[in-house]
Amino acid sequence: MGSNLFVNYGEAVAMILFAIGFSNLLLQKNLIKKIIGLNIMDSAVYLFLAEKGYITGRLAPIVTNGVQSSEAYINPIPAGLVLTGIVVSVSVTALMLSLTIRLYRRYQTLDLDEISMKLKKEGQ
Amino acid sequence: MAFYQNIPFFSIFLAMFSGTVSSVLPRKAARVLNTIVISLIMVASVFLTAILYEQGGSYTFMMGHFPAPWGNEIRAGALEAGMASFFCLIMLLSMLGGRKKLDEEVEETKHNLYYVLVNLLLSSLLAMVYTNDLFTAYVFVEINTIAACGLIMIRQIGRTIEAAVRYMILSLLGSGLFLVGLVILYDLTGHLLMSNIQESVKLIVANGEYTIPLLVTISLMSAGLAIKSALFPFHAWLPDAYGYSTVSSAALLSSLVSKGYIFLLIKIYYRVIGIDFIRSNKLVNVLFIFGLAGMIFGSLSAIKENDIRRMIAYSSVAQIGYIYMGIGLGTQDAMIASIYHILMHGATKSLLFISAIGLTDVSGCSRQFIQITGSGYRNKIAGVGFTVGALSMVGFPCFSGFISKLLFAQAALNNTAGKMLPTLIVLGISTILNAIYFMKTVLRIYTPVKDSEYPTWHIKDQKLYTVVIIAFVLCNLLLGLTSVFIEDWISRGLLSFG
Repeated sequence: MGSNLFVNYGEAVAMILFAIGFSNLLLQKNLIKKIIGLNIMDSAVYLFLAEKGYITGRLAPIVTNGVQSSEAYINPIPAGLVLTGIVVSVSVTALMLSLTIRLYRRYQTLDLDEISMKLKKEGQ
Repeated sequence: MAFYQNIPFFSIFLAMFSGTVSSVLPRKAARVLNTIVISLIMVASVFLTAILYEQGGSYTFMMGHFPAPWGNEIRAGALEAGMASFFCLIMLLSMLGGRKKLDEEVEETKHNLYYVLVNLLLSSLLAMVYTNDLFTAYVFVEINTIAACGLIMIRQIGRTIEAAVRYMILSLLGSGLFLVGLVILYDLTGHLLMSNIQESVKLIVANGEYTIPLLVTISLMSAGLAIKSALFPFHAWLPDAYGYSTVSSAALLSSLVSKGYIFLLIKIYYRVIGIDFIRSNKLVNVLFIFGLAGMIFGSLSAIKENDIRRMIAYSSVAQIGYIYMGIGLGTQDAMIASIYHILMHGATKSLLFISAIGLTDVSGCSRQFIQITGSGYRNKIAGVGFTVGALSMVGFPCFSGFISKLLFAQAALNNTAGKMLPTLIVLGISTILNAIYFMKTVLRIYTPVKDSEYPTWHIKDQKLYTVVIIAFVLCNLLLGLTSVFIEDWISRGLLSFG
């Protein structure tokens, strides 16, 4: 088991990054730091996918020198998934940032707990 | 290929297309288009349900004419089509019922945007119901989250923006977990189409390899979707989001968005992993315990609440607990009960939200219990609607809530895994708690107040609202009275799932 961990060190790193991102998104008080956590978490998944899709010694899936055999190239699907995932995470990040801007303009702070306190005081 | 087989694809596409068009139309035209599109999709889905119910079985629809392992697929059976028609019906009624409030609460320039978001929500719900591809499901889960977030924050007050941020944070945690689960499953099986994954999973289970990674995958996906559908400890965003957004949004969020995720989870259990493997491991017990906890604590929070909208929101936490308890019981009967509960809760919770807004409108827009005293007399139709909803939630015979409690109790009695006693006890306690807070509210709205300072609204002043409330009440009665037929439909649908 331990030896597998060493061979697949890319995947292990991706999972550690995922945990870092996840806990940042969950535990940070500052909204911008939360969004950074979100991006670390998503990138970790893409790293994992890219690591899984790569086969040592093979080429990127673009036909070169007329070689048609599938043995010569790596699997293109993980790359496609990563691209789709990036589109999703970009749009989600943009939405989160726009919400953060609105909250900051209203309450002059990025701390979510402080915003909740101010809301309670307003009593609306 | 018969023509009716195109219906799922056309439904999804029509919803997306009308969303795009709505953004450039005048406000009223966008509203009319929205209503027409939802009704059209509903009629088509009912037609499809009828055909598939008669025929039995299911069919797959190739997207872009690429065959199975490469192309994307849609799959439709009786259960999916019926679920799609139900979602359209509830969405149509919620939009019509909340229309007046939407005009009052949301800036006029944002109305088009609202219809865009609703159409986007509908298309993503339909795609989640119909898709046969796990990664497509993930993409539409995210689209659904974005649309739902927009629906919460369209009413621009501090509370809704804060609720939207909290909703987004928890939702993103959920979808992160779902995504990583999906990626590990893809890594294990090499497929993204649900039917192909199931074949590979069968091989893996038969060979006894990779059991732990498979378990990790299932738990990651279940946890992700449970967080997104506000299962008990993850419900922090829910009361504010349902309590302060405009009423159509609250109705849509509580009765459709969370149900879409639960339906996807059930679909993953049956179509991707295979229900036998799910039942044979201990994972469902975790969902069972969280479900039971949700049933009690959701109701307790609702009793403490002094604001009618937030009380209804907390009641949703309890009802979602019921659904997960049914999934956790791990038998076919219990799963049928859970799916019935999805329908029951969808129909009843939107009725409660829409009628509560009628009650608060005749109480100076205050939601505190003191102010709504006697409002059942000032707005009669809203009072009737709320009473029916409350009775259904408590489990009064004839209404749908009674049948779902009965189904849960029957499923618990037939359970051999030692879950019978806890289920029955918690079901009993939860029913009593439900009765406490709903009957308290009903008594309060029918307590006469002398010389009330608030106006009285008559039925002739609010014709559309009256029609919507009556339609909701009929829907509730229909679910309760034709339960034998609905059970049969659900069990047939589940058979073609496996």
